[in-house]
Amino acid sequence: MLVSYNWLKKYVDLGNVTPEELAAKITKSGIEVEGVEYVSEQSTDVVVGYVASCEKHPDADKLNLCQVDVGEEKLQIICGAPNVAQGQKVAVAKPGAVLPGNFKIKKVKLRGIESNGMICSLKELGIEEKYIPTDIADGIFVFPEDATVGEPVDELLNLNDAVLELDVLANRADALSMLGVAYEVAAILDQPVKLPDEAVAVEESESVNNYISVEVEAIDLNPYYGAFVIKDVEIKPSPLWMRNHLMAAGIRPINNVVDITNYVLLEYGQPLHAFDYDKFASEKIVVRRAKNDETITTLDGQERTLTDENLVITNGKEPVALAGVMGGLDTEVTAETTNVLLEAAYFDAITVRKTVKQTGLRSESSTRFEKGVDPNRVKKAGIRACLLLQQYAGGKVVAGAAEFDELERTEKVVEIDTTHINNRLGTEMTTVDIASTLKRLQFDYKQDADQFTVHVPTRRGDITLFEDMLEEVARIYGYDNLPFTLPGGTGQSGGITERQQLKRRVKNFIQGAGLMENLTYSLTNEQDVKRLISPEVANVTTAPVALAMPMSEDHKYLRLSILPELLQVLSYNRARSQVNLGYYEMGSIFISAENELTTQPDEQLRLSGALTGTWSEQAWQQEKKEVDFYVVKGIVEGLFDYLQIPVTFSQTKLANMHPGRCALVEIENKTVGFLGQLHPTLQKELDLKETYVFDLNLEEVFTSYHAVPAYTQIPKYPSIARDIAFILDNDVNGGDVKQVIEEIGAPLVNRVEIFDLYQGDNLEDGKKSIAYSLLYQHPEKTLKDEEVEESYQKIITAVNEKFKAYVRS
Amino acid sequence: MKEQLEALQAEALQSIATTETIRDLQDIKVAYLGKKGSLTGVLRGMGKLSKEERPVVGEIANHVRTAITTALEEKTEKLEQAELEKQLEEETIDVTLPGRPVKVGGPHLLTSIVQEIEDLFIGMGYEVREGPEVETDYFNFEALNLPKNHPARDMQDSFYITNELLLRTHTSPVQARTMQEYNGEKPFKMICPGKVYRRDTDDATHSHQFTQIEGLYVDKNVRMSDLKGTLDKFAKKMFGEDREIRLRPSFFPFTEPSVEMDISCKVCDGKGCSVCKSTGWIEILGGGMVHPKVLEMGGYDPEVYSGFAFGMGPERIAMLKYGVNDIRHFYANDIRFLKQYHKA
Ligand SMILES: [Zn+2]
Repeated sequence: MLVSYNWLKKYVDLGNVTPEELAAKITKSGIEVEGVEYVSEQSTDVVVGYVASCEKHPDADKLNLCQVDVGEEKLQIICGAPNVAQGQKVAVAKPGAVLPGNFKIKKVKLRGIESNGMICSLKELGIEEKYIPTDIADGIFVFPEDATVGEPVDELLNLNDAVLELDVLANRADALSMLGVAYEVAAILDQPVKLPDEAVAVEESESVNNYISVEVEAIDLNPYYGAFVIKDVEIKPSPLWMRNHLMAAGIRPINNVVDITNYVLLEYGQPLHAFDYDKFASEKIVVRRAKNDETITTLDGQERTLTDENLVITNGKEPVALAGVMGGLDTEVTAETTNVLLEAAYFDAITVRKTVKQTGLRSESSTRFEKGVDPNRVKKAGIRACLLLQQYAGGKVVAGAAEFDELERTEKVVEIDTTHINNRLGTEMTTVDIASTLKRLQFDYKQDADQFTVHVPTRRGDITLFEDMLEEVARIYGYDNLPFTLPGGTGQSGGITERQQLKRRVKNFIQGAGLMENLTYSLTNEQDVKRLISPEVANVTTAPVALAMPMSEDHKYLRLSILPELLQVLSYNRARSQVNLGYYEMGSIFISAENELTTQPDEQLRLSGALTGTWSEQAWQQEKKEVDFYVVKGIVEGLFDYLQIPVTFSQTKLANMHPGRCALVEIENKTVGFLGQLHPTLQKELDLKETYVFDLNLEEVFTSYHAVPAYTQIPKYPSIARDIAFILDNDVNGGDVKQVIEEIGAPLVNRVEIFDLYQGDNLEDGKKSIAYSLLYQHPEKTLKDEEVEESYQKIITAVNEKFKAYVRS
Repeated sequence: MKEQLEALQAEALQSIATTETIRDLQDIKVAYLGKKGSLTGVLRGMGKLSKEERPVVGEIANHVRTAITTALEEKTEKLEQAELEKQLEEETIDVTLPGRPVKVGGPHLLTSIVQEIEDLFIGMGYEVREGPEVETDYFNFEALNLPKNHPARDMQDSFYITNELLLRTHTSPVQARTMQEYNGEKPFKMICPGKVYRRDTDDATHSHQFTQIEGLYVDKNVRMSDLKGTLDKFAKKMFGEDREIRLRPSFFPFTEPSVEMDISCKVCDGKGCSVCKSTGWIEILGGGMVHPKVLEMGGYDPEVYSGFAFGMGPERIAMLKYGVNDIRHFYANDIRFLKQYHKA
C-alpha cells in the first residue's frame, strides 16, 4: 500500500511529524514501512506559464516558437511537444532552473532562434512514467484554467509529496485504505480522524427503482449488493488534486469516472465498479455462480471461460462482470458514457481468490476483496463516489440504492481486564493506561472497574479474541515498554538426544579424517535420482518421490542418494580449478515403497562422501599420494572402529561403480552401504578424475551402536608377536585369509593385521604375497612358546588347505 | 708416608684436572685407585707402621681416596655434559622447513551456526527436537492455525507432493508434534532446527531450500516479557553484548501477539548506514505468544497454559555475522568458500 503523506493530512493532523519520522513510528507500531519515496526530486524555478502565442519555428517543422507569460516576465521558448498550443497553462522551467536528474536549464539557440527556458512534461518533472496519463505520455502537461500564472508548480503537481510504502500483512486488511491508515496514525499520534464528506444531494424526483433492480442468487458469496444510478455525467479529466493523489498512490489517472472509483477504492478500501448504464441492456442485475463453460470478455479484451466456482454479475441474461475481479468489455465506461450504474458490493474472499488464481487477474480491487472489506463501509463508499461524481462529473444522483442486503455488520465484543493483560505481557499497566489505548484506537468500550467490554469496529475484522486485543493494547502501549524477564525452569533439562550426539560425533570424526562438510539440495533431477542408490535402498524403493508441480526439471524428485549431488559439487569445484577435494554430507534420503504416495516417505539419515585428486600433498621427505580405494576404506573403517561397531566388506558390482573396485559395507551380514571408485564412464561424463565414494545408512549404524561398555580388565600378561607371509593366488582376498587366521587362532590370537602386500619379482605369475602380524595374548596367563607354536602351525595348515597358500620363506 | 700420600693426592688431582676425555679419566682411576694402583700400593706399606701411626695414616689415606674419587666424578660429569652438548649441537635441524601436512576437514558454515544456536539455547534449558521434512498438510498448516484457504498460506507457497503431503515450509510442524506428544500436560522448552522448502526462485537472497531454527516454550504463566528477555539474551550472545534489540508488532497466524525482532546495526552502531537501510536496525527473527488455537490443537488448555515461539534463518544470521552476500554460496559448496569458515 502506497500512502501519500499529503493525502493522509486530509484525515489526520500530522503536526510537524516528518514523513521519515512518521514512517519510523508506523513501523514500530506494527505495520512495516519499507521505504519513503518522494514523488519527484526537488526542482527549482518551475512555474505556471501562460502560452500567449504559439507559432511554427521558421526553420524546423517539429518545433514551436512560443511566447510564454510567467508573471514578472515573458519568455520566448522553443518547444518540441506535439500538444503545445496557444492559451494553455503549462509548467515552465525558467533559465537557471534545475530539473530532476540535475538537469540545468540554460538559454540556448535552436536553429538560430533564442529559447529562454523549457515547457515541461510530467516525466521531465520527475513523475514516474507508468503513472502518467497515456494521452500526455509524449507531451507537456496542461494545467486547469484556474491555475495562477507565476505560481511554483511543486505544490500544484504534488511534486514535494512523500509516499510511504507500507508492507501490509494478511491480518491488517484495514490498512489497505487511506481511512484505515488514518485510524492507525491517529492512534499512534493520539489525534482524532476527520472523516470524508458523504452528504450527497440526490434527485428526489427520481427513484433508482425505475432504473434497476438487484437479485442475488448466490447469497453465500454475495451478502450485499448495492447499485446506484448517476445520470448525465460528463467524461473529462478528474480534478488535478485527485489526479495528484492517484499518481502518488501508484495509479494512473484515466478519466473522472474511473478516477473516482479508484479514489474511493483507495480512500475507503472498498472496490467499486462503474458500468455504462445504457450498455447494460437490462433493468435487472442478477448475481449468480457462473455456468461451466460460460464466457465473458473482460475489460482487457480477453475472452475468459468460466466455471461454477466463479461468481458473475449478469444483466439477467449474460455475465457483465467477474465479481470483484474485473468488469466486462461490453459495459465499459467510455468517453461517450452519459449514465453510470455504480456497484458497491461485498464479495466472498475465497471465491475472489480462486477466480484470481484461475485467471491471473490480480488487481487493487481483488486484493481487497481477498483480504476482506469492512461491511460497514460498503454502502458508504458507494455514496461517497456518488457525491464525487456529482461534484466532478456533473452527474445527477438518482435517489436511493437498489440493494440486496443480508450482510452481517455487528461488532465483535471482546472482554479484557487489566490483571489478565499484565499477566500475559509481564507489564504493570494501570486501568487508566488501558483505557487510554482503547481511546486512541477509537474502539468503543464499557468499563467496570478493571474490566473492559470492547466493541471492536468492523474495520478491524482481525480482532476476535482476547489475544488479538492483547496485541492491540501492547503495540499502542509500545513493545519498547515491555520489561526484559527470563522464564523459570520447566523441570526439564535441556540438551541433545543420544542420536543427536552421535550425529555430532560422526561429523567430528569424519572432519578429523580430513573431509569437508557439504550441504546440497534434497530436490534433484530425473537422472540423478536414479544414480548411485545403495542396494539395500534400491531393494525397498518402488519409485522416487516426485513433486506435484515442480518449479524446474532440476528440482523435481526427492533424492534417493546424496552422492549425485556431491559429485555435482566436485565437478563445480573442478571447473574452478579446485581439483583436490574430500567432501562429505550427512542428510536424509526419501524412500517410499508406494507408487502413489499416501503416507510420509521413510526419511533415512545417510552419510556420504566423495574424494578425488591428491590426498597427501607432496612435501619434502614425503611423496604425493592420490586418493585411492584404501584411503576411503580407511576412513570408513576408522569410523566403525571409533564407534566400536564390527564391520565387514565384500566385493560387489554396482551400476555406475568401477566393477573391480567396489565393496558392500556390512554389519552382521546386513548391507549398510557401499564404497569404491566411480565407474570411469561416469567420471568422464562428470569431467572428474579418479573419484572414490562411500555411502552409509546411519540409521543402521546408530542401531548397532552401543554406548561405552563396562570396564574390561587391561591385559596383565605379556603378549607374543608373530609375523607370517603367505604366497596366495591373485584372486584370493587378503581379508578372507585374515578371517580364517582369526577363526583358527581364537582365543589365543588377540589381533591380526595385514602389514604388507607384495607382487612382482621373485614371485610366480598370478601370485601375490601378503604378510600378517599376529598378536598372541591370553587374558589369564602367560602363554608358553609351545602353545603359540602349536596354534601358529594350525593356522598355516588351515590357510594352506583353504586357499592353497604356502608360507613365504 | 703421610708426605707420600699427600704427594700422591696432589699428583692425581693435577692429572684429573688436565684430562679431557672420559677414557683418560678411567685410566687415571685405575692408575690410582685400582688393585694395582698407586694408592693401593702405598697402603700396602701400612703394615710396616706402628700401632699408633696406623689409624692416623689410615684416616689420611681415606681422605686422599675420597678426594680423588670426588674429583674423578665431578670431572666425569663435566665431560659427559660437554659431550652431550656437542652431540645435541650436531643434531640441529632447519626449523624453518614446513611440518608434515595434516588433512584438515571441517563443518559447513550453516552447521556451525546451527550448533552455536543450539548450544546457546541448551544452556537455557531447551531440548533439541527434529521432525520429518516431508510433512502432512495438517501438521504444516492446519495445526498451526492455517486452515485451507487461509490467506497467509500465500506467504509461503509450497512444494506439494500430494494434496495432503508437502515439503515442510517451516520447522513449526515439529512444534505441533511436540505439543501433541507431551499431551497437553508437560511444560517444556524446545528448539527445532532443520531444512525447509519454499517455492522461490534461487537468487542472491532466495533459496528454494534453506535452514530454519524455531523455538517454543509452553508453561503456565508465560509472559511476553519472557520472550523479550530470552531474545535479548540470545541476540547479545550471538551478536555481541553491546547489541540492543527491539521488538516490533508483526503478524504470523500461529502467534498472537506477534513480533519481529531487530538488532541494532553493528556496522553503524545504530546510527544508520547502507547495511541497515539507514534505519539503524536489522531484522533478525520473528516470534510471538503462541496463538490460543495452536495451543488448543496441541492439547494445551489456553486458559491455563501460555507460551512463546520464535523462528530464525541461520543463512540470514550467517550472512549478517560474516558478511556473506549471496545465499547461493551456502549450497554451491565452493571449497574456497567452505574453507574460510571451517573453524567458525
Ligand atoms: Zn547500519
